[in-house]
Order: sequence, then structure tokens, then C-alpha cells
Amino acid sequence: MQLGFKEEDIKFRDEVRSFIKETFTDDMRKTLSLSKNGHAGKDLHVKWQKSLYERGWMAPNWPEQYGGAGFTSTQKYIFESEMAREGAPRTIPFGLSMVAPVIMEFGSQEQKDKFLPDILESNVWWCQGYSEPGSGSDLASLQCKAENQGDHYLVNGTKIWTTMAQYADWIFCLVRTSKTEKPQEGISFLLIDMKSPGIEVRPLITLDNSPEPHQEVNQVFFEDVKVPIENLIGEENKGWTYAKYLLEFERGTAYSPGLYRGIKNLKDIARDTSIGDGLTLLDDNDFLNKINECEIQIQAMEFVELRIFSALSAGQRVGPESSILKTRGTEIGQYLQELAVEAIGYWSHPFVEDTFANVNEPSIGPDYAATITPEYYNGRKTTIYAGSNEIQRNIISKAVLGL
Amino acid sequence: MDFSFSEEQTLLRNTIQSFIQDNYDFDKRQAIVKSEEGMKQENWKQFAELGLLGLPFSEEDGGLNFGSVETMIVAEEFGKGLVVEPYIQTVVTCGGFLRRASASIKEKYIPGIISGEDIWAFAYAEPQGRYNLNDLTTTATLDGDHYIINGYKSVVSGGPWANKFIVSVRTSGDQRDSDGISVLIVDKNSEGLSIRDYPTVDGSRASEITLENVSVSKDELIGEEGKGAELIELIVDETIAAICSEAIGAMKVLNDATVEYCKTRKQFGQPIGKFQVLQHRMVDMFMQYEQSVSMTYMVNLKLDEEYAERRKAASGAKVQIAKAAKFIGQSAVQLHGGMGMTDELNVGHYFKRLSMIENSYGNIDHHLKKYSSAG
Ligand SMILES: Cc1cc2nc3c(=O)[nH]c(=O)nc-3n(C[C@H](O)[C@H](O)[C@H](O)COP(=O)(O)OP(=O)(O)OC[C@H]3O[C@@H](n4cnc5c(N)ncnc54)[C@H](O)[C@@H]3O)c2cc1C
Repeated sequence: MQLGFKEEDIKFRDEVRSFIKETFTDDMRKTLSLSKNGHAGKDLHVKWQKSLYERGWMAPNWPEQYGGAGFTSTQKYIFESEMAREGAPRTIPFGLSMVAPVIMEFGSQEQKDKFLPDILESNVWWCQGYSEPGSGSDLASLQCKAENQGDHYLVNGTKIWTTMAQYADWIFCLVRTSKTEKPQEGISFLLIDMKSPGIEVRPLITLDNSPEPHQEVNQVFFEDVKVPIENLIGEENKGWTYAKYLLEFERGTAYSPGLYRGIKNLKDIARDTSIGDGLTLLDDNDFLNKINECEIQIQAMEFVELRIFSALSAGQRVGPESSILKTRGTEIGQYLQELAVEAIGYWSHPFVEDTFANVNEPSIGPDYAATITPEYYNGRKTTIYAGSNEIQRNIISKAVLGL
Repeated sequence: MDFSFSEEQTLLRNTIQSFIQDNYDFDKRQAIVKSEEGMKQENWKQFAELGLLGLPFSEEDGGLNFGSVETMIVAEEFGKGLVVEPYIQTVVTCGGFLRRASASIKEKYIPGIISGEDIWAFAYAEPQGRYNLNDLTTTATLDGDHYIINGYKSVVSGGPWANKFIVSVRTSGDQRDSDGISVLIVDKNSEGLSIRDYPTVDGSRASEITLENVSVSKDELIGEEGKGAELIELIVDETIAAICSEAIGAMKVLNDATVEYCKTRKQFGQPIGKFQVLQHRMVDMFMQYEQSVSMTYMVNLKLDEEYAERRKAASGAKVQIAKAAKFIGQSAVQLHGGMGMTDELNVGHYFKRLSMIENSYGNIDHHLKKYSSAG
């Protein structure tokens, strides 16, 4: 057992740092800091991803044959950590880390040729069409229907909570292709061009109240949408298997670097907050204890992550234990958001609908205040989506503890 | 000991419930919140007609001479409707000051509240002061028979709707001294008063107020010059009791909505309310609610006790309510899943209001310190 990275890894880390310094411009930082829900408009994300692509770092998790970065697992960890530490925009996962791995594993050669390069180069924006109004945690009950008409499928139904569908060129969907006794067995995985006639995207405004076009989620309606048969991934009625494969691919992101960044921001806010007598909130032991307690929780997370990551480097499989990461990572993240709201006191009250809008008036309170309460509200999503934390605990209790 | 409500009190509750039913369903509330003004004058008129605006004032002053329990009932029912009209600000807080003012002030101002003509707001908070009511840089100096006020007041709740303000100022002493604080009435149209209005995250409105050489007659002083701190603390405690009451109304709606949703929302072939982990969460929400109701009764019954007792009652209630507000608000959203995240559903709006109540008039840490220092 030992801590610390090897020399060549430190060298790599410095390369990543200087890349971020050069590419993550002050302008971008500023724009991103105005976001209430972590998204900062299509242009910014595409621009950022294109610079990653040019550096060859767009796809740390892809095999090199498809243009992956060719990182070692240590480099992957360093790369992710450095990005999160700096608060760089996260690569939009829907194309890069969700549909691409499925296409690589189960898609046809034509599909690989058609879709993968555009994902790598960020030419095409993808969104994820899984959830439906009646099917969230119980995804297998989904109803959106695709009828096989020979050369095409006819899709009817709706998908909901579709993140940034307003920017999307394509959507990958789980659809019902047959009614079977086991609902999982009648599901297929379809790629759908968002420009197809019969698709309508309606914005859903969430608790952060980011107005169009900055809304985070949408409902997507399909009415007699014709989808060419060649847009089916793999075999009909095998979609559930592919979706599950994807879930495994998704496991094991590191939360602690981003959380440490949250602690740093929180300390900056506390240092900037007067409590009278020339003291700041950092001098208030009640608050300082909360910050430090939170930091300790993050350190506990960090070392869980490091243990998982080192098991992965050693070629071991990581199973459902990684549900710990999602569960604790999101809960600590929410706590950090609560503490930020607590720190700014009454400045948590003023509401700014469009934080991106250019206004000539000075901000009400410190200029960072306007996004803090909406971020707290928006952050409630993290324990709901990507398998709610209740579902994660069910997984751990069943698959790890054998209960 | 008797925790039951009188017939009169029940009647009062029913009156407000039917007002909410008729005028304040969620869609109507949202229309009010989104309107230019952000509140509805017609509702205010109705409050006047129903006598609500005269609730705590003595009969002599034209009021109904009701006590804190009646105020609690009104605030609780308003909390259920997420009423934005500034009832607590005008009647409980500013009305609280006016009730204790000189005969001439009472005569001059209370009728305007009771009739619904005037809306009031309390301008006390300053950016540097956090929750310390005594930390004041806004000053008033006597110049002949007028006070000249200079300073800045922050996040004045209901400010955009008010035409009159009660302002805490320093007339002597150091920035954080409890001695030397005075309470003045300031008309919104006063020369030198500038105001910046804005919405708040919970659907209400607030203002930043700059006072530059604002001149008010010394007849507009409430209480004795320099001796305002005690009065302010008392009124703030009464206000805390009222917002705790509002909070339990909001909590009740969230708890009921969540239980109902979990009975009807099906996943995995059964209502999600069948999952034990959600059952226990809802039981905890219920227990937090019951404890909050109890603490709200407690504080409303102890407002007239001697200082230390009242201090502990108000701070204790505020701590319990803030904790419950957070737990119930967050849990209600969580159990509603994606739906809980939407602006469309009422749940998020209750969550937001409760989250703002958490730190109004001092957050948990502030009130724990106050509680501890009360002995
Ligand atoms: C901001 C946001 C973005 C999203 N983006 C996307 C996207 O891009 N694409 C997409 O397809 N989906 C997306 N989702 C949907 C997300 O995956 C679902 O919200 C999630 O699966 C929960 O489903 P639900 O909302 O229907 O809640 P429900 O499944 O109805 O859950 C309601 C409550 O019941 C609990 N519960 C359910 N089952 C159990 C159980 N067995 N045991 C214990 N508790 C249980 C849940 O934990 C939750 O608290 C997004 C959601 C949000 C909020």
C-alpha cells in the first residue's frame, strides 16, 4: 500500500493542467458560473469539446481504434480529477459515454462508421430517451411503441425528462417492440433522428427556473414517426441487454475532485461573508465545523474512489459496490449546496430568472449569489436521476449485502 | 391545559380556508406571482372585509383584539395556500410596532392598515449584519424636530408593495450596541428614499432600500429614542411565531401531497408507498410535522412570558421549524421523483417557501446561539 503517483503520471497531470489553463478561458468560466443547472448553452459545450477533440482527449474511455485517448487507467483518473478540480465543463455524456459504447459493442459496421466519428468530433448532439411519464425507476415498464413495418419502425409515444433534447440532433430510445410476459424482453434500442417528422420537443421548467433555451429537461412526443429499420441497434427485443451494458459502462465516475472544488468555493464564500466585528463566516466555529465535517466526508469518498480505481487498474472487476459512489457523492454534493445557501444568508432570497442575460444593473448582493439557491434546488435532481438513491441502496443491499 | 380551539377560532379558520379554496388554488396563486405587481389588491381588500387586517389591534384602535392564537390560525392557513400578500409583514410585524406606539401614531396609522389602504414592510436587515438585529450602520440624527436618516436596508420582504416602512436605525452608540437603536416610520415617497424591487425565489417580492438624507418628523418615532432594541426583538419573536405558523401550514400540504402521491404512483407493479423505505421517510416527515406544530403552539402561547422564557421559546421553535422545513421540503421533492423537480407541480413551490423560512429572521445556528445565551 502506498500513496502518490509515479513521475510520469505527475508529468501527465501537469500537461492536463496546462491544457486547462490555456483552453478553459476566463470567458468560459464566467459563462459557466452563470448557470443555475450546470449547463451553459450548446455553443460553449461544443466549443470546449472540440478543443478536447483536437488535443486527442475527447474520449478517455474509448478504445484507441475508435479515437480514444489511449490513457492508462491512472491517467484517466488524473484527467477526470483535474477537469473536475478546475470546474471545467463536463463532456456531455449522452453521445460520448452512453450511446457510443453501445454502438461499439452491438452496432453494425455501418452504424459505427456513421455515428462514432461525429460523436468524437462533437458534430452531433445526442440525448437519452429512456424515461417515460409512467416509467422512471421501473424503466422496464416503458410503453413508447415501435411497430416494425418492414423497412421502418413506426414510433408512437412519449419520453420525458430528456436532458437538453432542445439541442439534440439524435435521440437514442428504448422502445417497446413487443408485448411479452417479461416486460424486459420486448424492448428494443433505436436511434432516432430528431428532425424526423412527428417529433415534438416541449420544455419542462425545473426548480432552478432556467428559462428557454436553458431549460435542463424536456418532454419529447412521437407521433407516427418513421424510423428506418437500419437504425435498430443489434437485435429486436434485445434492447434491455444493451441498456444494462451501458449502465455498467457508466459506473465508477469520481465525485471527490468536484466535491473538493465545492469546499473551496464554500470557503471563498464564507471568507467573503461578514458576521460583524470584522469577522467573517470562516471565523464562526459552528459553520467552520460544518465545512470541515463535509471535507472529511469527501476525503472518505476520495479514498473509496482511489481503492476502486486501484482495483480497476489491477484489472479487477468492480461491481455494484460502485453504487456507493453515486449515493454518497450526490448526497455530499447536496450538502455542499445547502451549506452555500446557508453561507449567503439573506442573499439566498433574491431571484434572477435569466442569469445569462446581460443586465446593466449591479447584482443584488455578491455577484455569485444569484445562482446559489437555484443550484441547491436543481441539485435535488442528483438523488433522483441515474437510478435514484433509494434504488442505489436497494442495489447495494441486494447485490452486495445479499439481503 | 387545553389545546382545543374555540368555536370562534374554528370559524376564523373556516373563513380563511374558504378564501383559499375560492381564490388561491395553485393556478391562481401562480397567476398572482407572475403578474406585474406580484400580489393581488383584490385579495387585500377581501382581507380587510373579512376583518383579518384588524385582527391583533385593540377594539379601541378599531381592531378585533385577537391574540397570537388567532394570528397563528391565519398564518397557518395562509401557509397552506402559499399566500404571497404581505399579511405577516403588515399586520403582525409592522402592526406589532404600531400597537405599541404612542396614541397619536396609533390614531394616524392603524386605521389605514385595518381598512386595507396601507401596506407596510419592516426594513431592518443590513448587508454587514447577517441576522444580528442590532448591527446597524443606518443612522438617524436629530436635526431640530426632524430625524435625518442615512443608510441602506437589504432584502426588505414585501418592500415593493409597501407604501410605509418601519425602519430600524442607530441614533447613538457603536455599530453593534443594543443601546442607541431607534424605530422610525418612513413613508415610501420620502425624498431621498430610493428603492430597488425584485422577485424572490419563493414567489414573493423584496427590495433594497437606500436612504439618503431622508427627513422624518420626530413624531414618527416609535417608543423611546435609543431604546428600540428590546421592542424590535419582541416584535421579531412575534413574527417568528407567525412564520412558524405559516411553515406548519406549508408542511401539512407537502406531507399530505406526498402521502397521496405515493399511494397512487405505481412503479414495479405497486404503489411506491408500499416500499418500506418510503414509508419510513413519510413517517419521519409526519413526526417532524407534529413536533413543529407542537413547537408552534408552544411559542405562540409563550410570547407574553418574561424575556428568557420567550427568547428560548422563539429560538427553539425556529430551530425545530427550520429543521423540519428542510427535511420535509427535500423529502417531498425526492419522493415525487422527476415530478418533484418541476415548476409545474405545486410541491417545489412549497419546498422553496419553506427553504426561505429556514433562514428568515435567523437560521438554525443563529437561534441556537440565542437559545444558549438565554441561559
Ligand atoms: C434533471 C433530470 C434529468 C433527467 N435526464 C434524463 C434523461 O436525459 N433521459 C432519461 O431517460 N431520463 C432522465 N431523467 C429521468 C430519471 O432517470 C428519472 O427521474 C428517475 O429514473 C426516477 O424516475 P421517476 O422520476 O419516474 O420517479 P419514480 O420512479 O416514480 O420514483 C418516485 C420515488 O419513489 C422511489 N422509488 C421508486 N421505486 C422504488 C423502490 N423500488 N424502492 C424504494 N423507493 C423507490 C424513488 O426513489 C423516488 O423517490 C432525468 C431526471 C431528472 C430529474
